[in-house]
Amino acid sequence: MLELSYATKKLDEEKVFKDPVHRYIHVRDQVIWDLIGTREFQRLRRIKQLGTTYLVFHGAEHSRFSHSLGVYEIVRRMVDDVFKGRKEWDESERLVVLCAALLHDLGHGPFSHAFEHVFDLDHEEYTRAIIKGDTEVNQVLSRVAPDFPQKVSDVIAKTYVNKQVVSMISSQIDADRMDYLQRDAYFTGVSYGHFDMERILRVMRPQEDRIVIKSSGMHAVEDYIMSRYQMYWQVYFHPVARSAEVILNKILHRAKELSKENYQFIHEPTHFQAFFNNNIELEDYISLDESILLTYFQMWIKEKDPILSDLSRRFINRRLFKYIEFDPANEYEKLRDLEDLFIQAGINPKYYLVHDSTSDLPYDFYRPGEEEERVPIQLLMPNGEIKELSRCSEIVDAISGKRRSDHKLYFPEDALLKNGKQKTLRKQILNVLRG
Amino acid sequence: MLEEHAKVVQFVSLAGQVTGRKKLQKMVYIAKKMQFPFHEKYHFHIYGPYSEELTLRVEELCTMGFLTEQMEDKGSYVQYCYEATEKGADFSEALCEEPQNLKEVVYILNNKSARFLELVSTLLYFDELPKTEQIEKIHVVKGKLNFTEQEMEDAFELIDMLNQYKVN
Repeated sequence: MLELSYATKKLDEEKVFKDPVHRYIHVRDQVIWDLIGTREFQRLRRIKQLGTTYLVFHGAEHSRFSHSLGVYEIVRRMVDDVFKGRKEWDESERLVVLCAALLHDLGHGPFSHAFEHVFDLDHEEYTRAIIKGDTEVNQVLSRVAPDFPQKVSDVIAKTYVNKQVVSMISSQIDADRMDYLQRDAYFTGVSYGHFDMERILRVMRPQEDRIVIKSSGMHAVEDYIMSRYQMYWQVYFHPVARSAEVILNKILHRAKELSKENYQFIHEPTHFQAFFNNNIELEDYISLDESILLTYFQMWIKEKDPILSDLSRRFINRRLFKYIEFDPANEYEKLRDLEDLFIQAGINPKYYLVHDSTSDLPYDFYRPGEEEERVPIQLLMPNGEIKELSRCSEIVDAISGKRRSDHKLYFPEDALLKNGKQKTLRKQILNVLRG
Repeated sequence: MLEEHAKVVQFVSLAGQVTGRKKLQKMVYIAKKMQFPFHEKYHFHIYGPYSEELTLRVEELCTMGFLTEQMEDKGSYVQYCYEATEKGADFSEALCEEPQNLKEVVYILNNKSARFLELVSTLLYFDELPKTEQIEKIHVVKGKLNFTEQEMEDAFELIDMLNQYKVN
């Protein structure tokens, strides 16, 4: 039965979570408290925010759970401290935007990016499926109103009717990015990623169907854009973390291929069967987390298949691939030669020679772009005029106008340096790789 | 390796010239919905389905010299125009085969306006819904663009026509 007061019900006493980035996460709403307690939300404790990055920055063990709470807290401050009482903000949207902020990453799978890539999945679709499916999260949201799960799902899908609400969680300066930049900086221990979020929150204004920034806050936004730029190149695109991701990706590919060939695994990979057969039920998805993947990788070290065993051992023991810079414009033909040499040397290039570029990663830079490509950051000038950020800021213009791509070739240098069979050929491969 | 890059060059090469980033985004999305093998991930943005991966890939291809990007200043905004270079054409020919019917689909799409392709791609984004709900969604997410009934009909007609070229 629907409880009319559930949407506005407050806890008897405010609950707080201690948080290293925001100091405290404040919860007064019963709905939010109940959502945090669901099994689908608790699962996010077992999904790391930065995937394989902990193999480079050992502090980066923080989870999607803490990030989701952080995004919720930032949005809570926007609606309760900054937007409240402003005539262009619709107070009735408060709960839907808080729920969407809290749940926006609910559908992330284990080691999100590699996992999605191998099994051709989309975490956003799973987020919506969990919100609308037969789940504890759905039960909580449905108590607010029968159409409430659909509303939360629409905000996350960016198809919600109120674009201000969408922009708070998903735009070029949103709560998601503001939390992950600060949180990732804190846990990796790097000194980039810091910016004056307090200032940005204070100068955000809901206006028509968007959120704009008062021009007096431009320097704080510049700092945010710079932090984002630095974090991408120093943390998110770190070549060694990418090496770990390349190996993870190849492990999953290999296991999938072996399953297709009816290979007899020593331990039946029951958790993966639905993914191998592309017949995935929501429960199969929710049941997987990183602890399960790591357990399989441990077991697969003992598999008879030498590729699966070797790749799993490499990941668990951090015996990563080395890399060289690669210039596809002038060297793409060299790749074919290298593949042939790998085959001659008895090394499968499909698993041991990997090209990786920035477009293989899910992070985005700030771009003003062309009109109606995507929504840029808009400044509200003192005379009421709206101007796109890079047209006012030379710093932003300088970094958003420059392209910088990065291509690397990954390979197992240790295997090529080994003594034994095909030593001369392996040496030749190394010479080609090293130019 | 690099096949995904080569497919994008091939796409632009088949078009000859694509005017506008938004148009290129929507063209690739529509081709992807017709099951042509593009793997760039798309999400819905304010202006319809948009792929950050495709944006990055196009940037990389320009840096590599496989695509050219001409910028036209339109006063209040800029517009970008893409073409494949000779070097790019060699690269795509070396790395990928041309899928059957892709040329026809690219030709049809490139002759439509970016606004119309925005409508078509948005309808396709909601293609799991019945037609009436698809139209309702357009009014919700694209209310400001005021698409006419005729444009909606034309968009559905185009989708039907493109379905003939759909990869099985």
